[in-house]
Amino acid sequence: MVAAAPTEERVWQLLEEVLDPEVPVLSILDLGIVRSVRVEGEQVTVSITPTYSGCPAMNTIATDIRLRLLAEGITRLTIHNQLSPAWTTDWMSQAGRDKLEAYGIAPPVDGTATGHMLNLFGKDTAVRCPLCKSAHTHLVSQFGSTACKAHYQCDDCQEPFDYFKCHA
Amino acid sequence: MQVAPSDTSALNAYPPELRQLLFQYVLQLADTSLILGHRLSEWCGHGPVLEQDLAMANIGLDLLGETRSLYQYAAELEGQGRTEDDLAFLRIATQYRNPLLVEQPNGDFADTITRQFLFDNFHYHCLVQLRASADERLAAIAEKAVKEAAYHLKWSSEWIIRLGDGTEESRQRLDKALASLWRYSGELTTPTATEKALQATGLIPDYAALLPKMEAHLAHVFEEATLPVPQGVFMMTGGKEGRHTEHLGYILAELQYMQRTYPGLTW
Repeated sequence: MVAAAPTEERVWQLLEEVLDPEVPVLSILDLGIVRSVRVEGEQVTVSITPTYSGCPAMNTIATDIRLRLLAEGITRLTIHNQLSPAWTTDWMSQAGRDKLEAYGIAPPVDGTATGHMLNLFGKDTAVRCPLCKSAHTHLVSQFGSTACKAHYQCDDCQEPFDYFKCHA
Repeated sequence: MQVAPSDTSALNAYPPELRQLLFQYVLQLADTSLILGHRLSEWCGHGPVLEQDLAMANIGLDLLGETRSLYQYAAELEGQGRTEDDLAFLRIATQYRNPLLVEQPNGDFADTITRQFLFDNFHYHCLVQLRASADERLAAIAEKAVKEAAYHLKWSSEWIIRLGDGTEESRQRLDKALASLWRYSGELTTPTATEKALQATGLIPDYAALLPKMEAHLAHVFEEATLPVPQGVFMMTGGKEGRHTEHLGYILAELQYMQRTYPGLTW
């Protein structure tokens, strides 16, 4: 297939179709990990930033981007791994947060990052249960099923659930 | 991973000698997080409870992620065509530059927590400073890793307090862990010749400035844990210069087995 030179707008549209392999209701744009797209003639450069240093999904995401663009005839692609500025959940779109909650994962509560205060045995972040919407929940563990999530339980409906940690 | 590294043009701005020093230092950081990350991964499926098993696997994974960024940078600094995999899988124990603390065996949960706390207290405070390094790549790696290290230090600090101020059994185990591991804590802030040379350039943190912050946090945690801070213990060093305890060889035997047996193996 012979495609006309891609436009930046078109590349952004295609990236919207690349999903997070761990949370497949979120596109990589919802997550905020695509930092820039540059098109120079047939050469396309996409900069992505990892959520967590060791996130194993980054390899898959890079491959998925390549495959999606390849399907549109974009063969000259460079993917840059950009570390700074470091990813933050502030970059997650509102649409992404709504999709997360509907999927059963509580979205990040802004302004509650562990930050550098090291508040030992401090109060848990108040997180709304994504199922029954109760505010009566408690933290089970800061470390959940993936690097980006903490493990919570609802005190009303008793359901255990994942909370997408605020990372700022 | 087919992701291109960030801009590398800055590397050529370093004189060869400084570039070599920086390579040694970045390699030391990478070895350190790799070996500790590997130790934590050994807990996977063996943790005392599921949540803590997951916590240790998560922390190990964070460290492994940091390791990859560091080895990739080290490979570029070296500029000899070696890759991150070559650096991790094809060097022998005496070429590893990790401090002795991180290669110590997992022991029981108190041993692992003690090792982790002593490391996290250094790691976190060092990364906070490293974010301001004039070396942009190191600063970027630190900026990323420090957010994760904050969670690690919070976790291990809370566990020191729970075990120290817990039951008779947990206290006795923590006392035993401290008696065997404290002697490895001093190496973290004892600069090698490489570190001294880099500290003089301002590219890496001065440990003398780091120590008060580490000591303050440790004093706070130990007070909450009702633990006395050990005094007058002879500090073991040598790991950062390739003189290791016997434990490292066994780690590398397991970690490198596949690449040594089937060179170039991929999947």
